[in-house]
This record gives sequence, C-alpha cells and structure tokens, in this order.
Amino acid sequence: MTLLEFRDLWVTYTGSRGRIPAVRGVDLSVGAGRIVGIAGESGCGKSTLAMAVLRLLPKSAEVSGEILLDGEDLLRMGWGRLRAVRWTGASIVFQGAMHSLNAVQRIGRQVAEPILVHERTTPAKAAARAEALLERVGLPSSRMRSYPHELSGGQRQRVMIAMALACDPELIIADEATTALDVMVQAQVLQLMTGLVKERGVGLVMISHDLSVLSAVCDTAVVMYAGRIVERGPAREVFADARHPYSAALGAAFPVIGDPASRGRPGGLAGDPPDPARLPEGCSFRPRCAVAVERCGEESPELLRVPGIGTVRSSACFVAQEGESVVFG
Amino acid sequence: MTESTPSEGDPAEGPEDATTANGPATRPSDLATPADGASTEAPSARRPAGRRGRVSSGFGRYVAKHVGGAAVSLLLVLFSSFFIFRLIAGDPIDQLTRERPVSPEERAAMRAELGLDEPMWRQFWDYITGTLTMDLGDSFQYRRPIFDLIVERLPATLLLSGTGMVLAVLLGFWIGARTGWRQGSRFDRGHVATGLVLYSAPTFWLGMIVILVFARYLGLFPVNGMRSPSTPPDFWSQAVDIGHHLVLPVLTYTAVVYAGYLMIMRSSILDELGGDYLTTARAKGLRDDEVRRRHAVPNALLPTVTLVFLALGSVVNGSIITETVFSWPGLGRLFVQSIFYPDRPVLQALFVLFSSSTILAVLCAEILYWFIDPRMRRSG
Repeated sequence: MTLLEFRDLWVTYTGSRGRIPAVRGVDLSVGAGRIVGIAGESGCGKSTLAMAVLRLLPKSAEVSGEILLDGEDLLRMGWGRLRAVRWTGASIVFQGAMHSLNAVQRIGRQVAEPILVHERTTPAKAAARAEALLERVGLPSSRMRSYPHELSGGQRQRVMIAMALACDPELIIADEATTALDVMVQAQVLQLMTGLVKERGVGLVMISHDLSVLSAVCDTAVVMYAGRIVERGPAREVFADARHPYSAALGAAFPVIGDPASRGRPGGLAGDPPDPARLPEGCSFRPRCAVAVERCGEESPELLRVPGIGTVRSSACFVAQEGESVVFG
Repeated sequence: MTESTPSEGDPAEGPEDATTANGPATRPSDLATPADGASTEAPSARRPAGRRGRVSSGFGRYVAKHVGGAAVSLLLVLFSSFFIFRLIAGDPIDQLTRERPVSPEERAAMRAELGLDEPMWRQFWDYITGTLTMDLGDSFQYRRPIFDLIVERLPATLLLSGTGMVLAVLLGFWIGARTGWRQGSRFDRGHVATGLVLYSAPTFWLGMIVILVFARYLGLFPVNGMRSPSTPPDFWSQAVDIGHHLVLPVLTYTAVVYAGYLMIMRSSILDELGGDYLTTARAKGLRDDEVRRRHAVPNALLPTVTLVFLALGSVVNGSIITETVFSWPGLGRLFVQSIFYPDRPVLQALFVLFSSSTILAVLCAEILYWFIDPRMRRSG
C-alpha cells in the first residue's frame, strides 16, 4: 500500500538571484512498512523534499506537482485540513536537534504538545503519554522536567523521535536524524526506528548522506543530484553496484574498513555541485563526470530502467542505460 | 578623590537620567549600554558546568558578583553627585542672593546657616554619612528636610510614570511581537512608522498638542495638576478625580516611550523567526498564532528582561518633562524647580535617588535572569 507519493514534484525558490530550482521533477513513492533512503550531497534538494511533505517550506518556495499522502494531495489541502494532517499523518525527525527543540520549554511539555493539539485529552493524560514515549526511546521519566540544554546530543535526538511518535503517524521522515550522533547511539536510534517500522507498519523516509547507514537500514534507496533522482533501486545494490557515475563516486568516497586499497585511492569527486541557478545544459552531472559521452551535453537523461539486471534498477545516465559500466578509473 | 570627577568612574546612567529629557533611559541608545554590559558580563561567568550539586553555590557566587558590581556603581554615583553639583553650580550664596544687595556679614551668616562655612572634607563626610542614614539635609528653597520633600512627591511620580511605563511596555511588546511576526506587511510598516513618529516627537511638544486637543478643544480632561481643589475628600471621589487628571499625562508619556519597546520586541522576534524550533512547532500542527504565542514570544522575551527592569528603574525619574508640562506634583517637577532655584542639596539627593533606582533595577534583572533562563544555571 502506498503511503506517500511524490508525482513530478518541483520546488523553486525565488530569491535575489532569480528563480532557483531546488527539486526538479521528483517521482517517488513510499509504502507502509517500508524504509526508503534518500542520499546525496548537501544542497541536492533532499531536505527541501522532506519539508515539502508537510508544506513547511518558506513562502518564497513555489511548489508544483503532487504530494499524495494516503491518496490525498497535500498541496491542494485547506489550512485546517493540513494542520490536522501535520504530525498525525506524517511527522518529521528534524536534523540538528539542539535548535529544533524550544530552549525555554521543558521536554515533557514539548513532547505532549502535539497530543494536546490533535486529540481531545487532558494535560495530565497527555503528559502520561509523553512519559511513556520518552521511556520507549530509552529516556527516564525524570527527563520530562529537563530543558533541552541539559541533555546530550543523543538524548535530544531521542526526544525528537519520541516527539515524532506522539500522534502515531503513518509516516515518519527522518532528516539526517542520526548524522550528529556517535556510532553507538546511532545504532540504538536506528534500531529503534527500524523496530517501529516492523512492529507498527509505519513508512519511514531516511534522509542522510551516510551511505553505510542507508544501505544497512533501507529497503529502497534513491540518490539525488541537483534536485533530481539520478538512481533508484534496492538499497544494498545501489551502493554496492552503482548504475550512475554520481552514486559510484559517492560510494567510493567512503573508505572501506579493513581494505588497505581504499585508503590510497582518492575517493573524492572533483569539482563542486552545480550552482542551481545556472545548471549546465544536458545532464547536470556532466561537468564532473568521467564517463560522459557527447549526448550528455545535449539532452538531460530521464530516470529509466537499467537493462540486464535481475532486480528493478533505474538510472538517469545514458551510459548506464546502454548497460555499460559507469565506474571510472 | 580622583574617581570623583564626573568624567571618570561609572555614574554612566546617573547624570543622563537625571538631567536629560523624559524617560531617556528607555531610548535604545541609552539602553544599549547597560543592557550590553549585562550580557557581556554573562559569558565571562560561564565556566564549564561543575557537578550538579554545586548549583546552589553557583547561585551564591552569581549573586555576590552582581551585588558587588552594583555596590561599586552606587559608591561612584554617591561620590560624583557631591562633586558634579559643586563644579557646575558655582557659589550658592551668589545665586541665592542674586536679586538683592547683601553685606558680607549677612553672607557669612547665610553661609553658616547652610553649613557652607565648613571645610570641604567635612561637608563631604556629612554628605556621605547623611545620605547613608537617610538624612539628606535641608532644601535651600523650602527650608525643609529633603527626605520629606521626596516622600511627599514620590507617590505622584510613581503613579504617573508607573502607569505610563506599564502601558508602554505592554503595548510595545504586544504590537512589537505582531509586527515582527509579520515583517514587511502593511500592519508592520504602519505600526513601525506610527511608533517612530511619536518616538521622535519632543515630549513637551506632544504634551502641548495633547492639551490643546483633548483639554482645550474637546474639553474632556483637566489641563494640569493631580487633583481639583473642589473634589470631595472621600476616597472614591478623590480616586476618580486623580484618574481623570492622570489620563493626558499618561497618554503623552506612553505615546513617546512605547515605540522603544515595540522596536526591541520586534527585532527580538525577528531574531527568532528563522529558528528551527518554530518549524518543529508548525510541523506539529499548531496554528500560526499559537506558534508565535507559545514558542516565539517566550524565546524573544528573554533578551528584553533587562530592558523591562531598566524601565522599572527609570519609573522614579522617567517623566521629568511630562510632569513639567502637566504641572504634575512629582519628583521630576521638583528636580526642574531645583535646577532653576538652584537648590543644590535637592539636586544632589535626587541625582543619587534616580541613579540608584536604575542600578538596583539592573541588579534585579541580573538576578532574575538566573531563574528565567535555564541556561544560566549551568554557569557560575
């Protein structure tokens, strides 16, 4: 069952430098009980995508296309309906939990707040539920009376997760939810979130630039570059056997533990991400691409199925679509 | 006594508050100094958090540090008040006898009567010990204890500037939070423009306009004083009469001052606008005004606490011009009368009173910060 579906989503910011497209025609769907990972460099539009789901983008952002949550188009909802859907239909675990929590409000109140907003209940009952939520993410109930600055980064991130679960949403979007955590806490948090997907059948969208996290946790992964999805497929395969030169470079940027060969190899990708206000003609990855052919400068490749593989893999690369290797060097 | 010259030391708030116009301490330019002083002091106090058990001693140290600072400021005010008025005023006997010819014997007698024949160090010692024991000496013009003069006039001043200040803070913060929240809207531009026009209007001028319109043409309110002689002496009649007299001065005072609070609240809200926690609040499904009220405003209020206390401190001296324009029988009017007489002991005493009320208010703000900003408690 499809929970969330983006259909040809475009997000364009209008600023002093003119119109800047941040998301350019994204199609993506997330099913109940599934985990979809979104990978890409900073600025590739992955956080914009997350914010677009609950229509949290600033007024300067122009959004077109469709975002269907349970079949209902979020972009055409009235404000009242939208507020009702926020946090009950989908909730977000924001990145940077220090600033995403209100510094002068106690944790308990912040976790209980959405319950009070969305349900007819008493403050005492909401507080009791907030306490249960905190316990579920491994925080003692004494933390109810703490202020955000009194918690460690990992604890704050867990508060954010507890808060995201408050209204039993069908879909959770985790925007770099584990990026700032040390590996042990990261493992706990990941376990917690994957557990939720299994037990309660929620859909989970994980946004991260950490490929090892995504490949370990996600069912499906997409790689974004300059506002488009350039590759899609089963998470492990996407990162182990990339079918787009950008995904390949992203994967090569991570050293492999215990593999001395990966140490010496220059893993980074030359050049900078393109300026979204002045995207190159044709394929936007072409200036940094080692396997580009003549056609790449003329037309922009669509996201199409890659032939000759058992599983369903899609890539927006002419070379990969020919069935050839995109790994350079 | 090098620290006693006015150019040195730290009577910063003192001379300005005492001698310049209506509510100078509430203008942002003046406010910046003490408020910044408060905030720059705070980081120096931020040492790595100790063990949890040391929180109470942290509070003790915090209070001791700020009380010490306030005590130093008070001493400097006390010293400089004595010398400033001796430096600027000249020989009081010349001034008091300007109109009539007096013989040297008469002058000597006056000098002795006013205690001016004593050596300077003796006068200084009497002044210090007197001030510390609330014996402020006698006024030249009234020949009565200054303490009594102040006690008589204080309630009138507190009533006028207290009411005006509370209204100005509430109105300024209320409008400021809304204008900042809707930055660039017509509501925002309209309120900022109105506020700034009133803010830049001279108080005496605005006061006269108010008198012309509301008292002279419309005849709605009395022009001057605090009560009419014909009012029956019972409590309710008196209260209504004073309230009636209070309207125009408070209106003038509030109109001039509120824009300062509006602008500060507005910029404080603007600082919060990009906050990620507001996005969280919106994502939770809160209405826009709930996001503002429950999340943005509490955070934006923090930096304004010093300001509110400064405002409370300047309630004592905040309405010199308003009191003069409306003949309001308060401390501000006494101050102006004493300048013209000139009544040096009264000026001296009021200077100390005005300055110390500001210093004590700032001290209260510092201590209150400990309780309202949970982040302060981690530091010493």
